[in-house]
Amino acid sequence: MGARTSELRTALLFLAPHLLGFLLFQIFPVFGAIAFSLLDWNLITTPTFVGLENYFELFSDDYFFQRAMLNTVYYTVGTVTIIVVASLAAAVLLNERVRFRSFFRTMYFVPNVSSLVAVSFVWMWIYNSDYGLLNNVLRMLGAQDPPQWLSDVTLAMPSVMVMSAWTQVGFFTVIFLAGLQNIPNQYYESAVIDGSSRIQSFLRITLPLLSPTTFFVLTLAIINSFQVFEQTFIMTRGGPAFSTTTAVMYIYDQAFQYQEIGYASAVSVVLFAAILAVTIVQVILQKRWVHYDL
Amino acid sequence: MTYSPAHTHARRYRRLAHKLATYFLLGLGLVIVLTPFLWMLSTSLKSMSEALSVDFSFLPRDVRWENYTEVWRLLPFGRFFVNSFIVSIAVTTLQVGLSSMAAYAFARLQWPGRDIVFVVYLSSLMLPMQIAMIPNFFLLRTLGAVDTYVSVILPQSFVVFGTFLLRQFFLSIPRSLQDAALIDGAGHLRIYALIVMPLAKPGLATLGVFSFMFSWNNFLWPLIMLNSQRLFTLPLGLVSFQGQFSTNWPLMMAAACQSMIPVLILYGLAQRHFIEGVTISGLKG
Repeated sequence: MGARTSELRTALLFLAPHLLGFLLFQIFPVFGAIAFSLLDWNLITTPTFVGLENYFELFSDDYFFQRAMLNTVYYTVGTVTIIVVASLAAAVLLNERVRFRSFFRTMYFVPNVSSLVAVSFVWMWIYNSDYGLLNNVLRMLGAQDPPQWLSDVTLAMPSVMVMSAWTQVGFFTVIFLAGLQNIPNQYYESAVIDGSSRIQSFLRITLPLLSPTTFFVLTLAIINSFQVFEQTFIMTRGGPAFSTTTAVMYIYDQAFQYQEIGYASAVSVVLFAAILAVTIVQVILQKRWVHYDL
Repeated sequence: MTYSPAHTHARRYRRLAHKLATYFLLGLGLVIVLTPFLWMLSTSLKSMSEALSVDFSFLPRDVRWENYTEVWRLLPFGRFFVNSFIVSIAVTTLQVGLSSMAAYAFARLQWPGRDIVFVVYLSSLMLPMQIAMIPNFFLLRTLGAVDTYVSVILPQSFVVFGTFLLRQFFLSIPRSLQDAALIDGAGHLRIYALIVMPLAKPGLATLGVFSFMFSWNNFLWPLIMLNSQRLFTLPLGLVSFQGQFSTNWPLMMAAACQSMIPVLILYGLAQRHFIEGVTISGLKG
């Protein structure tokens, strides 16, 4: 009994420094944001309590907020699709009996460790319509009038998606590869004996047994994508014509450009609720397609 | 079953074709990954008139290393480097120190409520940083910490990922070592410092490189907290550079390229730890 109580005291001593900071900078702020969202407040005047008015305004007549949320969803769908397809493909290739596997894996991971700000500059220059690499190559291939990429209302967001996927595919390839290497070889051996083709074994063995990893990748990639900021802030500043304004960018502008602290907090609460809702839906749907056994 | 020679030939061809296709696709992936970096490097060595010329060439015709020093002349890049190092080293030290202590409490000590507290920790992995952004700004502003290193360092130093990662490493250390030390009369502080920490070095290194990288590359938080250029970290420095010289692509590329170098070196030295960290967090999923 004495040992137990002394371990509690020791545990508190070990935990306290981290726990205090964790509560102060991560847990309390969540409640803080909810409280702020009920205020009309610009940091200078005394805050007034307005109840849910900020939320009503967001959803009834704030075109820019609605646009930002829709853009974020569009970005998420596009980016996550590219990420899942490309990183699964890369992982399957790396899982073959190839030489230099760790070399490829190491190189694919490089964009993920590079500063997003620096990489955004590089892609801005790649997409530059007059002198960028992409259009120079397209012109060499005979294109007369190549697209304006980042300054085109319909192409700006897809261009951002491709760039964002480029930064993340290597990261998710590593996760998929670890998942693939966890699948016992004997499944494939018996499939060969049964005469299944590669495609059949991919569909009947790999995909089902990989589904817990796929679930993890989807969850993480979606949460990441909902928080997109740097890429659009630097490459397009949300333009042209608000086609790439994202939720976090809108929060940033409202809070730190216009000092609309209450209003911006309401947006951040909505974004948080959206992420939470998507994650919960995924956890519920997971039962239908994630197999923990064959 | 019997195989005719033609049959085995066909099989061998198919295998060869399969192998070639695999390497071709992997090589294509490599080209896609590396081209932007090469384009950055080559532009960073061009003159402005060459970068903005209709007569396109991937490689610079006339290599201008001066671009790299020019960047330092135009903006205090040395200062940005120092600031980035100060912030990243402080965040890394705090994260490794505090998370390892917390992880010790979760992995090696028995106490009531431990599992509930850990679940709260874990679930906060899902919290987007943006929800904490405004209240944290307000808190630090009230404390008078706007535009200081501390305001950039503190909120980044209590990330739960580290506690989670190190707990996994600590759990894999055999308990018998700890029990033997306890019988010898060692306190938990000594067990933590002299037994668990040395054995968990790979885990500490993994957390260390991740914290350093995240903090080095972090943009949004310093953007909110810092106003004076003398405190800017590299990503902020790059953006203010963009504000002033947005059409000078060679200089922008030279600036971007330099800002990446420390983390790329770290990655080159410790890539095993990066891959391991990702794999571990993936396997828990």
